[in-house]
Amino acid sequence: MTSVSIAEPPPRPGPGRRLSTFFFRHPRVRLWTLLALPVLWLGVVYIGSLLVLLLSAFWTADPFTAKLVHEFTLDNFRRVIETPVYRDVAFRTIRMAALVTLACAVLAFPLAYYMARIASTRTRNLLVVAVLMPLWGSYLVKAYAWRTILSGEGAINWALGPFGVSFNGFSNTGLWLVFTYLWLPFMVLPIYAGLERIPQSLLEASSDLGGRSVRTFFRVTLPLVFPAVVAGSIFTFSLTLGDYIAPTLISSDQFIGTVIYREYGTALPFAAAYAMVPIVVIVAYLLVARKLKAFESL
Amino acid sequence: MAPDGAPHIRIAGLTKTYGDVVAVDGIDLEVRAGEFFTMLGPSGSGKTTTLRMIAGFEIPDSGVIELAGEDVSRLPPYDRPVNTVFQDYALFPHMTVQQNVEYGLMVKKVRKGERRERAEQALGMVQLTGYGARKPAQLSGGQRQRVALARAIVNRPKVLLLDEPLGALDLKLRQEMQIELKSIQREVGITFVYVTHDQEEALTMSDRVAVFNHGRIEQVGPPADVYEHPQSEFIAGFVGVSNVLERDGRRLTVRPEKINLLEDGREPQPGWHVEPGVIRDVQYVGPVTRYHVTLDRGGELQVLAQNLEEGSSQVLEAKGRRTRVEWRPGQESVIDEEGGTE
Repeated sequence: MTSVSIAEPPPRPGPGRRLSTFFFRHPRVRLWTLLALPVLWLGVVYIGSLLVLLLSAFWTADPFTAKLVHEFTLDNFRRVIETPVYRDVAFRTIRMAALVTLACAVLAFPLAYYMARIASTRTRNLLVVAVLMPLWGSYLVKAYAWRTILSGEGAINWALGPFGVSFNGFSNTGLWLVFTYLWLPFMVLPIYAGLERIPQSLLEASSDLGGRSVRTFFRVTLPLVFPAVVAGSIFTFSLTLGDYIAPTLISSDQFIGTVIYREYGTALPFAAAYAMVPIVVIVAYLLVARKLKAFESL
Repeated sequence: MAPDGAPHIRIAGLTKTYGDVVAVDGIDLEVRAGEFFTMLGPSGSGKTTTLRMIAGFEIPDSGVIELAGEDVSRLPPYDRPVNTVFQDYALFPHMTVQQNVEYGLMVKKVRKGERRERAEQALGMVQLTGYGARKPAQLSGGQRQRVALARAIVNRPKVLLLDEPLGALDLKLRQEMQIELKSIQREVGITFVYVTHDQEEALTMSDRVAVFNHGRIEQVGPPADVYEHPQSEFIAGFVGVSNVLERDGRRLTVRPEKINLLEDGREPQPGWHVEPGVIRDVQYVGPVTRYHVTLDRGGELQVLAQNLEEGSSQVLEAKGRRTRVEWRPGQESVIDEEGGTE
């Protein structure tokens, strides 16, 4: 028999293999092939639209035709800062965002704690699904559902009826409930992830060194999970700040979102200037959050 | 310290099961005051679970744990006079080294001045003076290990529990720390209960060793006893190499360094046990050579010989040669047929 040659000539590489080799030899081309689409999207559509918004804030609109006048002016910003109504609306919105964030944190923490540290794997998975479920439903459906719940003949007033109390659901209190409901999952999930990341041995070490549950909670658990709470609050805070549908449906008061929506049709430059308010607030919020090391747990 | 002879830790009939798995299966144990006591065994042998029950992280299904005469079996960890050095160190990442070490004292409301002083002293003992302001993330593995040790001994516990504390360190550092741990233990006089799966570590540091297997203790004794006279085949194999032979209906084991290879023409030493065989394999390990000898009467032995004169090429030539092995009577240990300790 003939002896088997080990060094058989390699088969001619196919086009797929040649492409792989090309990418292997040109890592930069490989990187750009990977990132071209998202970079295009972020650069043109995302950043671009923000820049156009910023730019239009320095223009004016013709009061009769609502057409844009491309003339540089700071009038819009002056109006935003100097008109008391717009200041009040901004503060009302910020206060609402803060209260919603607080309510979400208070509700989310015990739930996340139970999910991360106490519940069995089965219960935990069930709860994760339960927390996520509302996010699968349409925002509008949920907001309208809450309109029904909060109305004079709705579930809340039906439940309060026997006590002789009635609740005006179409108010800022009602809106606060709706926002808290809408954004709660965005608070639960980061806190849950943060708590799950704390090694059991740290809690054992604390109790080993004499710390009872309360001390362990305040000295070890809470400081370690605090960045996760801040991370969650970024969601709840910014989502509340920018929303205009829920305020339109539930409350009769103006909020930043509703003002922008109203002005947008007739005075686009002013709406753009006013849209800078939540952006500035969020940037300030993010800077504080970074100081609190919140981004290490995103 | 407990009065002389009185056990410092007394464990009786300890069991713990997780579902169908019996982790600890009826353990009785006594540890003396000031002793360096090691629980040695493979993973899943119940040694760590036993340690965790002494610490209070697990509550036994049945049995009693007494510390200095007091039944602590069902007390929470924070009410027990013990401290633990964790395998992953479990340092609080958001606190400085100083705050970590002071944590136990702070909980016990020791006033600030004394806290500082004792923390300084503890850090000095583990050679970390001046590291107080750092965060754990800024330390090396060995340094973290020392902080964990300082954080535990600063509380002056009656018993210090160590759960494979050197497991994550590299060999050199581990050997250094073994010596250091032992000297710290002598210095503070605290009872150490040490868990490891590393037989060398157990033999190096301990006053006594308990060998765990399948949730039970197979043998307790000073390192030399356990090593030289293993009472079961499992111990012979786990603490060293097994080297088990069957002769005249008895099972016996001989440590490889106790066996001599007889050169051709040399007379065996008078009274020694001699057997002929073939060298099946040779491994050159630097300071020593390991020979695997298949005996004519059945069975195989490992023989360890120091390389006093020979180089690697010379010893490797021995492969396949006929030889004779000899050992002094009494060097072999008879292993109980069931592998138990009775």
